[in-house]
Amino acid sequence: MRSSVIVFPGSNCDRDVAVALQNFNFKNQMVWHDESNLPKTDLVVLPGGFSYGDYLRTGCIASKSKIIDDIIKHGKKGGLILGICNGFQILIETGLLKGSLLRNKKLKFISKNVYLKVSNVNNKFCSKYGKNQTIKLPIAHNEGNFFTDDDQLKEFEDNDQIAFKYCNKDGFISSISNPNGSSNNIAGILNLEKNILGMMPHPERLIDPILSGEDGSTLFESLLKL
Amino acid sequence: MEISAEIIDKHGIKPDEYKKIVSLIGRKPNLLELGIFSAMWNEHCSYKSSKKYLRTLPTTNNKVIQGPGENAGIVDIEDDDALVFKIESHNHPSYLEPYQGAATGVGGILRDVFTMGARPIATLNSIHFGDQNHPKTKNLINGVVSGIGGYGNCMGIPNVGGEVKFNSSYNGNNLVNAMAVGLVKKNKIFYSKAKGINQPVIYVGSKTGRDGIHGASMASTEFNEDAEEKKPTVQVGDPFTEKLLLEACLELMKDDSIISIQDMGAAGLTSSSIEMASKGNLGIEIDLNKIPCREKEMTPYEMMLSESQERMLLILNSGKEEVARSIFTKWGLDFSIIGKTTDTKNIVLNFEGNQVANLPLSSLSYEAPVYDRKWKKNSNVKKVQKPDTISNYKILESFKKILTSPNNSKKNWVWEQYDSTVMGDTVKKPGGDSGVIRIHGKNKGVAITVDSSAHYCLADPIIGGKQVVSEAWRNLISVGANPIAITNCLNFGNPEKEKIMGQFVETIDGISQACRYLDFPVVSGNVSFYNETNNKAISPTPTIGGVGLIKDLDKLVSNNFQDINNKILVIGKTTGHLHQSEFFREVMDFDDGPPPEVNLFNEKNNGLIVKKLISKRLLKSVHDVSSGGILLALSEMCNSMEIGAKIKVPRNNIGLHEYLFGEDQSRYIVEVTEKNIKEASDILKENSIYFELIGLTQKESFDLDNEFKINLEELNELSLSWFKNYFNEN
Amino acid sequence: MKISAVVTLKEDVLDPQGKVVNQTLKNMGFDNVVNVRQGKYFEIELNESNSEKAKNTINEICKKLLTNSVIENYTINYK
Repeated sequence: MRSSVIVFPGSNCDRDVAVALQNFNFKNQMVWHDESNLPKTDLVVLPGGFSYGDYLRTGCIASKSKIIDDIIKHGKKGGLILGICNGFQILIETGLLKGSLLRNKKLKFISKNVYLKVSNVNNKFCSKYGKNQTIKLPIAHNEGNFFTDDDQLKEFEDNDQIAFKYCNKDGFISSISNPNGSSNNIAGILNLEKNILGMMPHPERLIDPILSGEDGSTLFESLLKL
Repeated sequence: MEISAEIIDKHGIKPDEYKKIVSLIGRKPNLLELGIFSAMWNEHCSYKSSKKYLRTLPTTNNKVIQGPGENAGIVDIEDDDALVFKIESHNHPSYLEPYQGAATGVGGILRDVFTMGARPIATLNSIHFGDQNHPKTKNLINGVVSGIGGYGNCMGIPNVGGEVKFNSSYNGNNLVNAMAVGLVKKNKIFYSKAKGINQPVIYVGSKTGRDGIHGASMASTEFNEDAEEKKPTVQVGDPFTEKLLLEACLELMKDDSIISIQDMGAAGLTSSSIEMASKGNLGIEIDLNKIPCREKEMTPYEMMLSESQERMLLILNSGKEEVARSIFTKWGLDFSIIGKTTDTKNIVLNFEGNQVANLPLSSLSYEAPVYDRKWKKNSNVKKVQKPDTISNYKILESFKKILTSPNNSKKNWVWEQYDSTVMGDTVKKPGGDSGVIRIHGKNKGVAITVDSSAHYCLADPIIGGKQVVSEAWRNLISVGANPIAITNCLNFGNPEKEKIMGQFVETIDGISQACRYLDFPVVSGNVSFYNETNNKAISPTPTIGGVGLIKDLDKLVSNNFQDINNKILVIGKTTGHLHQSEFFREVMDFDDGPPPEVNLFNEKNNGLIVKKLISKRLLKSVHDVSSGGILLALSEMCNSMEIGAKIKVPRNNIGLHEYLFGEDQSRYIVEVTEKNIKEASDILKENSIYFELIGLTQKESFDLDNEFKINLEELNELSLSWFKNYFNEN
Repeated sequence: MKISAVVTLKEDVLDPQGKVVNQTLKNMGFDNVVNVRQGKYFEIELNESNSEKAKNTINEICKKLLTNSVIENYTINYK
């Protein structure tokens, strides 16, 4: 399976996700933001970090890069796109995913491990997780507070577009387990066609027992199943 | 233009220093030249009050590749890998503008590391604030913590440790000591020494503005109508630009274009150009018209003294200019050939076709003053009686008071604002004895810790100096690492006062003794003097950053209890030293008396045997005993919130408070399974190490026989409560 | 009374955000953009009809909270 990790000025987690992809035997290429065209690829990954320093609005300036047009085409054709953290923010700014990511409710950067309920396994990113399985992944962000209007939220729930929700270690979803104030504890969402996933937690950081867990591995394994 | 005595004074140059300048250069300096001397001869750049004593520190062992004298220190960590690391202060700016002061402190130390060719792999910070009730404290904490996070997170470098301390001596002078660690291949290290004549000198990074030009520059604006708009400005950090600078530099460093490289930190272009050229015994000539400027009509004075951030100076091999230019242009950074190396051994500055400065480099570097300041002894403090009301204080209440005090509470509120897992190699996050980073792609790791003990140093600087190095050494051993070397940040008051200079001299003495005995040399660091306001100086605060190697990460050991029904041993003898303890200070408000003595023989012996036990996989968990004593250390081992302990104090002839809260040094608490207890005990006995059984691990509760039982969740809540309450986050 | 305050960085202080926005606009084809400085805009509604008192209150609000006087300036617009 071929993957392309897009590198923007200020991306930090490009190497991390490339290492994860290579670990799982993806044929990976790093693609500079200023290229006009994507190489032939099955999966496009927008990595975490602080593209353009998060200046103006997070993900905004990256979403105006040359490579974005080709990424949008890839997504509209049904190609797979995974946006992690800043990558999720960029997907929102391009319009490929709906909603907005606001400043964390407590106005502070949060770096910790959180529990997530895998809400939708009928998609290519989560197929190897169990339905409603509770997993652990790290978050590290300042603007992870997913917000949208009630109608859009209802649409997400009705169309089963929510991939992950913040929960406690027993799988219980409540405001106590919500680290950043996200509507409905949303931690990751899919587009309607379910080929594009945006998520705030970092699966690429939990692929090794020595790093305190492997729940991230399952996401990469799901993608490989194809 | 005649330079008045007032202008000389505003530049921080004393009358006899001015006389020395005139005699060294054979004439009076012009204003620009005076500014240059003022920057190079000030304490921060010249180390004039500290050099004499810094030279007495041990700086070598068989792992040291580069000791003090370069941008950072470097040690060998095997397989052609080397670790580049340093700690530095950014105190005064962070009092003025806490966010930017702390942010630019992080930026500066990162540049010191990557300028040597190393990709930064970890940061740590030691931050110190005044009394919790002082009106400025809350804002300072918020600003400093956000600033450190804002810069470090944007750069994508994990934070793996640190400390946060409170003490009323910092009321007027908070401290920010930032440490960075980077990884480099031994054969790909870059130094700052210039080589070769007529080599191009290149400026890269951000444009130069009027950042950080201090009051002295008012002199240059007195002759200008726009004085109001050109007032000195606070340095603002731009971590995005620094990230670009990091990637561009590392890309250029892949080949051999660079002869030497130095970042522009304190005193900006002045210090970097002078240091590079004088280390190489060369001269340097700069055309100031080539300096990329952010603001209009900048003068030579402003350009040379600006402390605009995110800039580097390179000396390239001739012919490599265009290769370098294309890399920096790709990353969106300024690139300008501003001059060349010469054989004159002078620094020559030109502007608009005129020569505006011409100074011998020796006068700015090794001929700068070195002072032998008078000092007063502060050590060998008389023993004082313990207060006789100790037994009035209930154990549980005392323990809770210590646990909920700002100095001893858990610092999750702080470090959860820093990304600790970016780069995918963090094996041990903040909150333990040391942070541990895996060397990318390998099964070995480095352990890193940062420590200070200002109250011990105030009570007795020699003992305090010994103690803080020993504690760093212990913290590395406690995670299974082999300690290698340290970096130090020495924060003190005004060295022109005998008492303060004495604190400095004696602290260095203590540090030297411990470093020598433990084979744990100093490879880098800095000195920050003049941390005082209205004649109130900070407590002497040497901050030590230590690094160690874990050859095989399979042998990493936890600092938390792992399983139930294991034996808990205390290694090292407890004599119950309560003076300068948290118990005396927090609970009884008593701060007289000497700190606990450090017996280096026991310190080394105990540590080496603990290391042996770890390498033989005989220990399930280890934690060193430090401030707060045994009881606090035991409670810290219950961090997992699943495994606690049932403690029974062994028979002894000291009081219960003395046993539980005494801060005797050289001790460790270890967890040993029933299966391994005989072998572990035999090794300890063979090596004459004192140890005793203190309890057993158990589920869910932390119990002290006959005193209390606390549920682990409640214990955790208590230890997090101070920060939550202080910041109203309940 | 509704009053707006605009807080901007002092001249000479580095504006990393303005710098990046400026460059991005150029990249997007806005060739005639020379410089961009980014600031903050506040709208404050006061329960006060006396304009002198209102002016004093707003100045105090700006100085004590809205502005970091080390690196920022402010201007006030009365509606």
